[in-house]
Amino acid sequence: MSVTEPGKHTAVFLQDVSVAYRIPTERIGSIKEYAIKKVLGKVSHKHYYALNDINLTIDRGEIFGVIGRNGAGKSTLLKVISRVLYPTSGRVWVKGLVAPLLQLGAGFHPELTGYENVFLNGTLLGHTHKEIEEKIQDILAFSEIGDYINAPIRTYSSGMIARLGFSIATAWVPDILILDEVLSVGDAAFQAKCGDRMQELIKSEATVLLVTHASKLISELCSQAVLLDRGRIITTGTGVEVSKYYAELLEKAN
Amino acid sequence: MTEHDVKIYDSDKTKSLFIEEIKAVFQYKDMLGQLVKRDIVARYKRSSLGVLWTMLNPLGTMIILTVVFSRMFDMRGVYPAYIISGLIYWNFFAQSTTFSLNTTLRGSELFDRIYLPHTSFVISVILGGLINLMLSLVPMGLIFLVLKIQFHPPALLLPFAILLLAMFTLGFSLLVSTVAVFFPDVGEFFPVLLQAWLYLTPIIYPKALLQDVLNGLILKINPLYYFINVMQKLLYEGVFPTAIDWLIAIIIASAMLLIGWQVFTSKSRLFGYQ
Repeated sequence: MSVTEPGKHTAVFLQDVSVAYRIPTERIGSIKEYAIKKVLGKVSHKHYYALNDINLTIDRGEIFGVIGRNGAGKSTLLKVISRVLYPTSGRVWVKGLVAPLLQLGAGFHPELTGYENVFLNGTLLGHTHKEIEEKIQDILAFSEIGDYINAPIRTYSSGMIARLGFSIATAWVPDILILDEVLSVGDAAFQAKCGDRMQELIKSEATVLLVTHASKLISELCSQAVLLDRGRIITTGTGVEVSKYYAELLEKAN
Repeated sequence: MTEHDVKIYDSDKTKSLFIEEIKAVFQYKDMLGQLVKRDIVARYKRSSLGVLWTMLNPLGTMIILTVVFSRMFDMRGVYPAYIISGLIYWNFFAQSTTFSLNTTLRGSELFDRIYLPHTSFVISVILGGLINLMLSLVPMGLIFLVLKIQFHPPALLLPFAILLLAMFTLGFSLLVSTVAVFFPDVGEFFPVLLQAWLYLTPIIYPKALLQDVLNGLILKINPLYYFINVMQKLLYEGVFPTAIDWLIAIIIASAMLLIGWQVFTSKSRLFGYQ
């Protein structure tokens, strides 16, 4: 049923991807204990499948929705696509740089100034020093941090940190952008600005992966979507179809 | 961006993880620089004496040890010089391995979200440690000056000796970090292991003391001894280490680095499951 090779316009291609966590039935904390149990053949595990035989093809430029309840495997799917987690089995094929836009400000160092943190954070996102220098003015202007940019981050409010994080993460149009839940950054005015920039990214050639439990967003924004439950794909289709299916499913469950 | 710039990640391609990781470290070389800078700047920003502490710390420890031990080991007034050169070496090794362990175990906030070459973080710790080691050479030089111990031409080979120690430390850090990811007990026990290791290495006392014990077996099986030995000959005894001295140090350093890199990279795909 699944395609065997990624096509010309494919951005993300998953083939029979499973992620299984081994949960030891009892806790083994020391090497000695492990060695003894291993020799006696008493190391036993249960397998918990966070993802189970996922087949998925996402085309370039698509706004792709991932929807499902808590524990459906949405985060694990993102981890596998963004190369943070290696699949237990199956094949993951991704074309281009994956930029996550989650937990803004992760990787900032409190003692460094905002300016220094732009460079630190930019390189953590996979950009070179030169690329960051080219964008630094944009980033500073968009973040509206002003003169505080030369103060240590520990003196920033959480809103300022989120603004700076958002400005760095969206300064480049990535090949694949991952949006985890809806972003609410800063005050109303800044949120509007964020919204505009998101629209720009969505309209650009970037492939966008939108992860949420709000089916309204999926039907409004997404050309294609997938519904996950307990690590399995329940259905795929257009954003409208999938969100409708999801709404019905939730109704039945209640 | 043109088509050719776009990198493809394919989990099916069974390329050598050993090589892939080296490529990734070079690709992320700007991040490596930022990480080293972050650690150095962050450390010195909040204390008023800043960078001076790196120089004062070994001096302080040297004074304490000299007061406590100098009468026990008769080393005719040169004991402080012996102590401080050994301590600088030891501090580099002990701090680098401890920080590497913590970085690998607790760096998860980032590792859970973005793909990054994990080895870069360990390398950055070693590079930061090397900068501290260079700074510590200043107070050491001062002590040598005060005690009127002359540096001899062999001392010029010190950078090469330090490079070997750094290779060994990187390999060992990668190895211990990998083991600690799978066995948390190792992380807890490591400081105790370091303590024991310090006392089994001729740093606080003269090596003659250990040469008689078990025919010097304790020295022979201690890989750190070979690096300390080269350093002490270069600086403190002012003689050229023998070819054998160098050869053993080079072999241990290279072997440790290869083993550590291999173990770490071959297991790093499983780190996320722990």
